[in-house]
Amino acid sequence: MATDITKITEKSNWQDLTVGNQIYASGTSRMFKTGEWRTQSPVFHSEKCKQCLLCVPVCPDSSIPVKDCKRQDFDYDHCKGCGICAEVCPFEAISMKEGQ
Amino acid sequence: MAVRERLSGNEAISYAIKQVNPDVMPAFPITPSTEIPQYVANYIANGEMDTEFIPVESEHSSMSATIGASAAGARALTATSSCGMALMWEELYVAASNRLPLALCLVNRALSGPININCDHSDSMGARDTGFIQIYAENNQEVYDNFVQAYRISEHKDVRLPIMICQDGFITSHAVENIELLEDEKVKGFVGEYEPENYLLNPEQPMALGPYAVSNYYMETKMAQNTAMKNAKQVILDVGKEYGELSGRSYGFFEAYRLEDADYAFVIIGSAAGTTKDAVDQLREEGVKAGILKLRVFRPFPDEEIAGALKNCKVVAIMDRSESFRGKGGPLGAEVKAALYDHAANVRAFNLIYGLGGRDFTVEEAKQIYRDLEAYDRDGKAFEEYRYVGLRG
Repeated sequence: MATDITKITEKSNWQDLTVGNQIYASGTSRMFKTGEWRTQSPVFHSEKCKQCLLCVPVCPDSSIPVKDCKRQDFDYDHCKGCGICAEVCPFEAISMKEGQ
Repeated sequence: MAVRERLSGNEAISYAIKQVNPDVMPAFPITPSTEIPQYVANYIANGEMDTEFIPVESEHSSMSATIGASAAGARALTATSSCGMALMWEELYVAASNRLPLALCLVNRALSGPININCDHSDSMGARDTGFIQIYAENNQEVYDNFVQAYRISEHKDVRLPIMICQDGFITSHAVENIELLEDEKVKGFVGEYEPENYLLNPEQPMALGPYAVSNYYMETKMAQNTAMKNAKQVILDVGKEYGELSGRSYGFFEAYRLEDADYAFVIIGSAAGTTKDAVDQLREEGVKAGILKLRVFRPFPDEEIAGALKNCKVVAIMDRSESFRGKGGPLGAEVKAALYDHAANVRAFNLIYGLGGRDFTVEEAKQIYRDLEAYDRDGKAFEEYRYVGLRG
């Protein structure tokens, strides 16, 4: 039976956890907002972007969404601010700033 | 009709493995458990079983691969001893906390150093807090019987914990004894097929195993794990009884040997219980009311039952085959004494250390300890507690 991950929270009693914390569902890490760990943030300058998409595959957290073959703004819920995208961009379309 | 044979402990458990025919066995050799993967590999090569055998590069890998196989949905096992188990340490906890019902055939051997290949219980006793169920055997017959029962306990839906089937290195693992084996179909019928509800290779239901648990989840997870271990008590009793109906040999948490009316008792684990039985029989002929509580199940620890069985004794000697370096005794001593205290069993109990690194433990030594218990009780003679049995100097 699939686990309804929304029913398991930090307030759940021990009896309500799954056996061994196993999660019988997929893609649940989307619900875990790891972006709040970030101390630096990438900023997308769309006017300089040529949509070459070099930044997309190097993002370790899949935080650059692509729609209709075009990259969108960052998914800040999951971006850790590693800066690889800014480093790889040949057009200075991504810059890094301090903080969230 | 049961099959009468003569087998060593390693042969006996390998034969049981053949009959159960689990799905996957990753293993790395280490004395004195090496023969187990060797015999299983022979059975596979001869076409007598179809377990997937994985020769791995270390025990860290053998337990990791066993965990992986179990998580994937396979019935899995491995075998090891001593430092091999020490190298699995991290994975032992991972297997238990992920609630994977796998089996570990442990052949007890001393841990280094000094390097020593002979029997004591320091390996499994060191792993007593990993979350594995631990079942010990006195002889080859019990090793065989314990393994046949292993997956029924481990895979039970109220338990789902890994299980360690322990036997004494060389003394049990390599000595050939008479043994009664069950027919293949009886074993297969008793153990049954493994049908996990969830497993990683199930395309119908994707799952994640071993997720990170922040502080807000960790203690709740441990309580659930501990509850599963407590649940294992009833399952062990049920399976031991059902096995008795099948084989004529039933099992509980311990064997009470001439304990009913005993004034002086040993609490002891493993092969040395057989030696002690000879001592008890001889002492009984001399009129000494000696008895034994031979502990079979160390995890979960049957504290209430132990206290109940010992409560009418006058003095008890708790015999540890491993050191805990607390300066006062071994792990069995600590836990049995706690059980007596918790259940208000007002019995004087002493803790002794014997048989480290394969040191012989003799009938005469056992008898002397009983006589010392009696002298303490009857004449008030001081009893040298926390002594090393058979120590020079």
